[in-house]
Amino acid sequence: MKPATRLRIVVLVAAVAAVELSCRSGVIGAFTMIAPSQMVVSLWELLASGRLHNDIARTLTAVCIAFGGAVTVGALSGAVIHALPRLRRTADPLLAAYYSVPVFVFYPMFIVMLGLNDRPKIMIGFLYAVAAMTINTLNGLDRVSPVLLKTARMFRMGWASTTLSVVLPSAAPYLFTGVKLAIAYSFIGVVGSEFILSTGGLGYQIGFAYHDFNNKTMYALILFILGVVLIVNMSLHAWEKVLMARRGLQ
Amino acid sequence: MSEAHVVLDGVTRVFARAAQEPLHALGPIDLTLKRGEFFAVVGPSGCGKSTLLDAIAGLSVVTDGVVRIDGQAVAGSVPPGVGVVFQDDASFPWLTVEDNIAFGLRRQGVDGAEVARRVADALSLMGLTDFARAYPAQLSGGMRQRVCIARTLVLQPRLILLDEPFGALDQQTRLLMGDELLNLWRKTGATILLITHALDEAAMLSDRVGVMSARPGRFLEIVETRWPRDRDSTIVSSPEFGAAASRLWTLLRAESLKAMQHQARAQTV
Amino acid sequence: MSALEAQRPRAPSWLAGRGFDTAVFAALVLLLWQGAHLWGGEVAMTTPLGTLLFTAKTLASAEFWPHAYATLSAFLIALVIAASSGILIGAVLGFHRLSGEVAEPVLVAIYSIPKVTLYPIILLFFGIGIAAEVAFGALHGIIPVILFTMNAVRNIKPVYIKSARVMRVSGWPLFRTVLLPATLPEVFTGLRVGFSLTLIGTLLSEMFGSKRGIGFVLMQAIGLHNMDVIMSLTFLLVAFAGSVNVLLLAIDHRLHRRA
Repeated sequence: MKPATRLRIVVLVAAVAAVELSCRSGVIGAFTMIAPSQMVVSLWELLASGRLHNDIARTLTAVCIAFGGAVTVGALSGAVIHALPRLRRTADPLLAAYYSVPVFVFYPMFIVMLGLNDRPKIMIGFLYAVAAMTINTLNGLDRVSPVLLKTARMFRMGWASTTLSVVLPSAAPYLFTGVKLAIAYSFIGVVGSEFILSTGGLGYQIGFAYHDFNNKTMYALILFILGVVLIVNMSLHAWEKVLMARRGLQ
Repeated sequence: MSEAHVVLDGVTRVFARAAQEPLHALGPIDLTLKRGEFFAVVGPSGCGKSTLLDAIAGLSVVTDGVVRIDGQAVAGSVPPGVGVVFQDDASFPWLTVEDNIAFGLRRQGVDGAEVARRVADALSLMGLTDFARAYPAQLSGGMRQRVCIARTLVLQPRLILLDEPFGALDQQTRLLMGDELLNLWRKTGATILLITHALDEAAMLSDRVGVMSARPGRFLEIVETRWPRDRDSTIVSSPEFGAAASRLWTLLRAESLKAMQHQARAQTV
Repeated sequence: MSALEAQRPRAPSWLAGRGFDTAVFAALVLLLWQGAHLWGGEVAMTTPLGTLLFTAKTLASAEFWPHAYATLSAFLIALVIAASSGILIGAVLGFHRLSGEVAEPVLVAIYSIPKVTLYPIILLFFGIGIAAEVAFGALHGIIPVILFTMNAVRNIKPVYIKSARVMRVSGWPLFRTVLLPATLPEVFTGLRVGFSLTLIGTLLSEMFGSKRGIGFVLMQAIGLHNMDVIMSLTFLLVAFAGSVNVLLLAIDHRLHRRA
């Protein structure tokens, strides 16, 4: 293990221990925060009781739909924009400015348009994720080196096999980055929307527990969502690093 | 030996440019490559050397004239039996060394056992056997270039076109790679066209050296080296080599100056 | 231009221009917008023209400005905090390699989690009000500023500092003539991204638990089913964020071109 990694673990453990101590000793009141150990216990009880299953399923379904849509639409539009330089000229500045727009402000509009159901939050998750996929698809296609395309011609390969055996594997690490971001952003969009206003899902339950002054449940839920997202993000990040290292990138 | 393999007849390339005068890059060029000969092309930078190679390989169209390989006109696609090695690293970074080398064979539908045998041969020939399962990113630039050469050679091309294949390598590695190339050439009996900007490389490796002018690229002169067929890099210390290299430089010096002025002018525009 | 080139028929130059493409794009957006209105009806979507008229009315109304002021003040305080402490922390983490290595994965992890789940905790610590909004906005904005600053400092080419030392430059002149210009483009990119994220954070906090600000008015309008208000406020926010970003991007590009 690298010294930095070891030190990081020490720092994180110490930070959690400090919070634990502050909560136990009353420096941080129980109405503000419960001790991390209590969060874990509370989450365990919550998961065992089965009360969360519906909300978990609901949130994950919404995330999956948003993510699937974003990856499909993002990859396709990336490919189309890449193929049409003139469209690219108009699209590039828009994509560059895309994430400066606070996507959540569209949420009220979607609620009024689509009704207070799961569709508005899927839309927000989708909108959050789709540009990341588009941008990274473009990036990947841009980086297919011209000499590899020439090599494909030397091997007398046609359009389809060039795309399949040269362009796609060439762009794969960047597409993977797009997929990784699309997952993270779908989560942010869906959970954020649920939290603001919705009829169910994990984000909704956090908001509900907050208004209900139920800190035990609220902290357990926060721990759960952050835990799931961190595990997913970090495994994808680790995988991405392996892919990049094999290519000699980064 | 003296039978014609590749014939260029008035080959000319003019690039159209947006809002600028068309760029006359190459030609007209008349040239005949004999079967089994080692022909090198040297010339100042920007003289159209790579354009010439692309035209012969069928990687780009010509504006005027015709390229014939074995009597067949080259038209818009790479003819069978032609292998190209490029200056830039063209190894596929997502494939291991052996999968890279097997790539073309598998595409041709050669059966598994035969692929394995020919890949193993190519690996040992290029000194890559220990790195068969490595990915290109784990290799040095010189070794990656060997992977590309091996990948082209396993297809047993009768005409090998090399576009400054050792351009990115250091001088020592280049000399050694030159020896390997000479070995391959003797073993396979292929016709080789080598584009290079290194005069010593051209003088040492080839039977004939074509010296190109500044843009539009044309052959100023074709110099015969008269080396024995079993030559290697040790000839660089011989007086004949010095004479050949300095003859090339005498021809090229004025053209290189012209090319530098072209570039300076292009930059100030 | 040669005779051959001149003879080739060409499309009029304005048809090939960037302005034309942008105009076509804008027209398409307006058409889709109008189409959505026709398809969904007045309740589902206000027309482009209607939105514009209502936006003008909103801007002239007395009720709008206190909310705009609330959002803007929370946003600006958050931005100042995110920018100043972000640059400071980023510089420290950049110069002190080990700290940077320890902190980077943690920062990247925080960057990619739904931070909105942390908002209740911030509310419990700060109470409902501007303090919580500022804290939440700054929490969003500070991470990219730190990450970009850290990388900018790490990527200062050692040869620059060596050259400066050869010329016997050190201290404040070294900072002013070498370190600052070398890091400025990347730091600016961090600030640009930080700007957008701080705005998102501020608006999110207003949308969840607040009694004022544009985010609050937006949420209130859902209950009243007031599409005019929703559309015009959304339009205003997108226009604000978009136009500031165009400006920042232009500066960003200029800084990077020089670098």
